[in-house]
Parts: sequence; C-alpha cells; structure tokens
Amino acid sequence: MSEQVQKESMFSPKNIKLLTDPIGKDNPITVQVLGICSALAVTAKLEPAIVMSISVMFVLGAGNVIISLLRNTIPQRIRIIVQLVIIAALVILVDQVLKAYAYDVSKQLSVFVGLIITNCIIMGRFEAFSMANKPWPSFLDGIGNSIGYGMILVIVAFFRELFGSGTILGWEVFKSIGLYDLGYVNNGFMILPPMALITVGIIIWVQRSRNPELIKE
Amino acid sequence: MNTNSNTYIFIYASVMVIIVAAVLSTAATLLKDRQLQNVKNEKMQAILASANIESTPETAETLYNQFITEEWVINQTGEITDSYKASTFEIGSQRAFYLNLKTELYRKSKGEEFYSPLFVCNVEGETYYIIPLLGKGLWGPVWGNIALKSDFTTVKGVVFDHKGETPGLGAEIIFPAFTDPFVGKTIFDEEGNFTSIKVVKGGAKILPANQQIHGVDAISGGTITSNSVNDMLKDCLENYVSYIKSDK
Repeated sequence: MSEQVQKESMFSPKNIKLLTDPIGKDNPITVQVLGICSALAVTAKLEPAIVMSISVMFVLGAGNVIISLLRNTIPQRIRIIVQLVIIAALVILVDQVLKAYAYDVSKQLSVFVGLIITNCIIMGRFEAFSMANKPWPSFLDGIGNSIGYGMILVIVAFFRELFGSGTILGWEVFKSIGLYDLGYVNNGFMILPPMALITVGIIIWVQRSRNPELIKE
Repeated sequence: MNTNSNTYIFIYASVMVIIVAAVLSTAATLLKDRQLQNVKNEKMQAILASANIESTPETAETLYNQFITEEWVINQTGEITDSYKASTFEIGSQRAFYLNLKTELYRKSKGEEFYSPLFVCNVEGETYYIIPLLGKGLWGPVWGNIALKSDFTTVKGVVFDHKGETPGLGAEIIFPAFTDPFVGKTIFDEEGNFTSIKVVKGGAKILPANQQIHGVDAISGGTITSNSVNDMLKDCLENYVSYIKSDK
C-alpha cells in the first residue's frame, strides 16, 4: 500500500460542509451573533444590503486565503495586527475600485465600505479558521460565512424596505398593487434601526424553532 | 525558525507594511484619474440637473460645455472678479468650477474675505443662474445646486445630495418628492428683501399665506437634515444678495 496520503477532493463532504454550515445551523448572524452592527446599519434598503454582502464576500474570501497562506509565518504575538492590516488593505482596495469603476454604488455605500474593517465576522473567521487551515478550505469557509451573512442582510432588508418604504429595489410594489388606495400607510418604524434588531430576532426565533440542535439545554 | 523572536517580528511587520503600502499606493495612483473624472462628471451632472438637463456620466462634459456658457466668481461686495467664457478668461484667472466652496464658506465663518461661484446656463434661449450649495447634515455634509430664472428670484430647479444621511429619512432629500416643491418658489419677497427658502416642519401650509411662496415641506423623521438644508440655502444664497441687488 502506498504511504502517500490520498489527496482530499476539492468538493469532499467535509469541504461542502464548510460552505453550507454557515448558511444554516452555524450562521454568523443568527447563531454566532457576529456582525450585528452592520446588519442594523445597511438594511433599510435592499440595494446597499446586496452590495455590502458582495463586498464582504470579496474581503472575507480573499482575506481568508491570504491569512491561510501566511499562517505559518505570522508571529503569534502580532497576529491580530497582521490580520487587521490585511483586512484594511483589502477594504481600501475594494473602496478604490468601486470609486473608479462603480462610482454610483460606492456613493450609496459611502461609510459602510470602511465599516467592513470593523465587521467582527471577518476577524472571527481569520482567528477561528484560516489561521489553522489550508487555503482552499479557508476560501470555502470565507465564502460560506459571507453567504450566511449576506442572506440574513438581504432577508432583513427585503422586509424593512417592503414595509418601511413600500418598495423593493426602488420599485413601488405597494403602489402598483393598489394597497395605498385601501388605506395602508408605510410603517416608518421599519426604517429605524430597532426594527432591524427585531427582524433579526424573529429570524432567530423561526430558525431555532425549526432546528432543535440549536436549542441549548 | 523562531517566529516569536523580536527580530523576526520587526522584520515581518516592516516588510508587511511596505508591501501593503506599495500595493495600495499603486492602486490609488492607477485609479486616480478615473476617480477624479468621476467626481468631475458628477459635479457637472449635478449642475446640469438643477436646470433640468438630464445627462449621463459619459455625456456630462459635452453637455456642460454646451449649456454652461459662463462661470463667474463673485466677491462679497457683489463684483464679478473672475469670468470664464468659451474656454478663455475674460476677467481674472479662477474658474468657478474649481473654486473650493468649503474653503470659501470657512473663510466666511471666520469673517475673512471670500468668493462665491456662479454658473450661467443657456438653454433654448432662456438664461438660468446656478448657485452651488454646501452645508452640514446630520451625519456628514449635504450639498446641491439651485438654478434661478433670469429674474434671480424664481427657482427653476434644485438638486441635493449628501454624504451619509439616514436612508429612508434624511436621505430622502435627493428625491423629487422633496425637490419638486422648490420649483416656482422665490428667494426674494415683493419688497426685494432676501427671504431664502425655508424648509418647514409641518409643511409650508402652516406659514402665513404671503410667506408660502418662500417655503417647502420638511421630511418627517428627517428633521435635522431638513433643518440643515434650510440653513444651507440661507448661508449660500445670501452671499449673492449684494450681486443680485447691484445687477437689478
């Protein structure tokens, strides 16, 4: 028998789990309760929520790979600083590219792109995963977590924009189905940050009631 | 190798910082021209939009050169100190387009000498005067342009923009629901006194009947942003009063 360890396939069940777990039972927002601040800040409208999710996906995917490649060279004592420098560099890069090639989008996101730096999901994944794993699983973990994050952002933004402004991606849904003529009024409270927290709370409630694994004894 | 020795940490940190600096400055240098062009296009689009001329980032420069026929710089006493027309300077050497409004307003607040830009727009035989606006919002700066008809008092159109006002609340100042009511309002009353345009919480209808022509509705839930638009209009428009009066 050959001594060589059989190479793990790129999409082995273990790797697929890295991608799917954060979407469901290990979701960064609803289960790990990370990245809540940006979930409150960018979800009043759907479009910024989507662009924010894509930006986080880029930063987390690329950052996880870079950290994973460097993991054996990073001195333990300054690892947090190294991680921060890498996140900051990637975020500035995203910001610069958006400003040059997608100026309108960059204007909409304004300060939120910079706030990716403070998103605890990113530092959390660097510390918990990519510092100890190979680049490919780290990449999958990054993408999985950012999808899990983005999914919640999009769901929350969908309901907040729909009930708060009566629109979806700026398209006036309630007006076109004639709901206003029946006396409906937009709920201004949906646009305010507390409703984001309540919406996230409802999602957590639904998720826990459907998944007994998540209920703590 | 001992990755925890001080020497290693120093070298590691220095190399990392230098690499990151090199990557970022290269990116910034390469993208700078495009970014500046985007900012310039946006400024031109905003100036054109206040006179109801639609443009895209691609057509902004062509349309700007076509419709904005003159750029003036006006001093406190209402004299034109610089005039730029058809790519040449008739007076002075400062283009109003490149005048930094923020610096000028800062000088004004310090009681120093300051200058104000004014754009002359000619569309289908009509002349409009476009005044750039800049003020402080709730979370960051708010700015815009207001186009006045040739009588220098009736509003032809107005556009606003902001850095980071609250989405759904203060950020609504950019939408027609807020900006459309400005059209047809006047910044001088019948006696020729400067009134600016007031952004009124509770709606312009609560003003006395003869004042309603100088007021528009504020945004509910966006009171601080509405107030800052109100202050911005007053602060910026009043700089032109002496010029407008001397012109009349």
